[in-house]
Amino acid sequence: MRFLPGNPGLRWAALALIGLVLVALPFALSHVGTAWVRITNLAILFTLLALGLNIVVGFAGLLDLGYVAFYAVGAYAYALLASPHFGLHLPFWVILPIGAATAALFGLLLGAPTLKLRGDYLAIVTLGFGEIVRIFLNNLARPVNITNGPQGISGIDPFKIGPVSFAKTDTVFGVMVSGPMKYYWLLLLVLVAVIAINLRLQNSRIGRAWEAVREDEIAARAMGIDTTKIKLLAFAMGASFGGVAGGMFAAIQGFISPESFVLVESIMVVSMVVLGGMGNIWGVILGALLLSFVPEILRYTVEPIQKAAFGKMLVEPEVLRMLIFGFSLVLVMLFRPAGLLPSAVRRRELAARGEGELAERKG
Amino acid sequence: MDIFIQQLINGLTLGSVYAVVALGYTMVYGIIQLINFAHGELVMIGAMVAFTLIGVLVPTGMHPLVIVLLATGCSIPACMLIGYAMERLAYRPLRRAPRLAPLITAIGVSIILQHLALLVWSRNNLAFPQIIKTQAYHIGGATITNVQIAIMCMSLIMMGGLALLVYRTRLGTAMRATAQNAQVAGLMGIDINRMIAATFVIGAALAAVAGVMVGSYYGIAHYQMGALLGLKAFSAAVLGGIGNLPGAMLGGLLLGVVEALGAGYIGDLTGDVFGSNYQDVFAFLVLIAVLVFRPSGLLGERVGDRA
Repeated sequence: MRFLPGNPGLRWAALALIGLVLVALPFALSHVGTAWVRITNLAILFTLLALGLNIVVGFAGLLDLGYVAFYAVGAYAYALLASPHFGLHLPFWVILPIGAATAALFGLLLGAPTLKLRGDYLAIVTLGFGEIVRIFLNNLARPVNITNGPQGISGIDPFKIGPVSFAKTDTVFGVMVSGPMKYYWLLLLVLVAVIAINLRLQNSRIGRAWEAVREDEIAARAMGIDTTKIKLLAFAMGASFGGVAGGMFAAIQGFISPESFVLVESIMVVSMVVLGGMGNIWGVILGALLLSFVPEILRYTVEPIQKAAFGKMLVEPEVLRMLIFGFSLVLVMLFRPAGLLPSAVRRRELAARGEGELAERKG
Repeated sequence: MDIFIQQLINGLTLGSVYAVVALGYTMVYGIIQLINFAHGELVMIGAMVAFTLIGVLVPTGMHPLVIVLLATGCSIPACMLIGYAMERLAYRPLRRAPRLAPLITAIGVSIILQHLALLVWSRNNLAFPQIIKTQAYHIGGATITNVQIAIMCMSLIMMGGLALLVYRTRLGTAMRATAQNAQVAGLMGIDINRMIAATFVIGAALAAVAGVMVGSYYGIAHYQMGALLGLKAFSAAVLGGIGNLPGAMLGGLLLGVVEALGAGYIGDLTGDVFGSNYQDVFAFLVLIAVLVFRPSGLLGERVGDRA
């Protein structure tokens, strides 16, 4: 947290100010438009996903292109246990841990056969795993209807704390508090918790073991690190974060189908991690927020601009968004391969390379 | 036994296409250790360009075979140009970068190509104009069409041509040398950049023809057709042994047959629990199985040392 002032008193004041702004944000956003609170909620969900993937890709260096599978597992776990589909209506604080555990199990399932694979092969296998999960979700409607196939599961229960339901709008002290706003604050709490967990993980024995495995696996094993256990732990932990995010997604949206869990979403999350700065928690958050908000802002501005300039819509916002996304991937890799906010290790590497080049030029 | 021969024929047809596309993947991986995610998109562009040209040429009343050949002949240079541009602009600057960077770039290029195609040809399926009369032949209770025969023959010709190029010409020898050890090849006077560019361009040409084949087999071309096909073809390349040309051919054919037989028999095998809509899962399951039990593939991998 280098951007905060060093003086402890100032530091707490700055944190309190940021906290206040974040808490008051939904009220400001709902003035701009009611959709923006929902967009922010989705952005926070993607940030949670990106932080989870950061454990696998950033900390442990295991390229996972099928991360959306864990998101799907968490979402379907919640949907199956809290909807009219099976008639079960468990409360959310029971289901979310179950979803996280199931996702962790899937993480182990993915990790177990892939421990010996090189980077490229691991990427393809994880991609295949993501696709397999999606195809199964799409087809497990016969003979026993587990996932209801392409139609998905609807009517999912929203969160409920006592008599307060997260789906309805309440009035508290004369201020209108809508459903999405309540989800926003809950998501904010979860996000803070996840960031705290990640920060503690990074500076723990496990985090250092991951870094060792990422940099040089053979040396790590020579130093006595059980690389098998560490890699499996990375998969499982990363997956569990995805599972929690998935459960919340199911409750917020009220309806899920396999269409939400396609390969493009996995690639989107990987891009958030890589573009933001692999391994750097704040970089990953920045990447996730950028890639969540910019397309939405584009959608609201591209149409009027094109209509004003050309008289009609030349390029749909969706296509333009993907084109810009593709180009930004290529351009960032060409000019800033370590991401927007490189992690400390990369910065040292880049600095060393810069000094080396300078020395060469001088000598 | 009733559907075995039919599924075998279907599998060999599809497998021939996988083999041709897999060759492109395996050549590029063998020479610069990069999974070219955008290769599937080259197949798609080959199909789209060819279909558009066929649509334009049909009213002129030329012989159908001439039209198809002309259209393929135009889509090949188009794909070769795009392949060369990909290598020059997106991959060459990243040759020394850590492994993740070219991979992400490849994904980015794939997305760009897909959506540019979407802009040019719209979301709708492009139909293959009905100019070739389908002729069905019956062998042993199964049906084989002239399109399927043409696809298998064309694939064999392409594979033979590539083998000739790689194993009997100076260019091929230079490419193999670069794949084995780029630094030493450079010391021997080989222009590495040209060799790598040549690999991409040849792979792109193969992809264009594969695109026409796939398009004529299924009758339609769609801006997203390259993605899944590319993935399966890469699985086929890994199955046979990455970097290994005969391996890619074998892997492609094998994967096609496994997929077709699996799709045909899975209903019977599992008592109708899993149907043929799980067909796509086979490619990935085969890939995972191969990587777990025989990581270097069936015929062994041939990858150079990455500098």
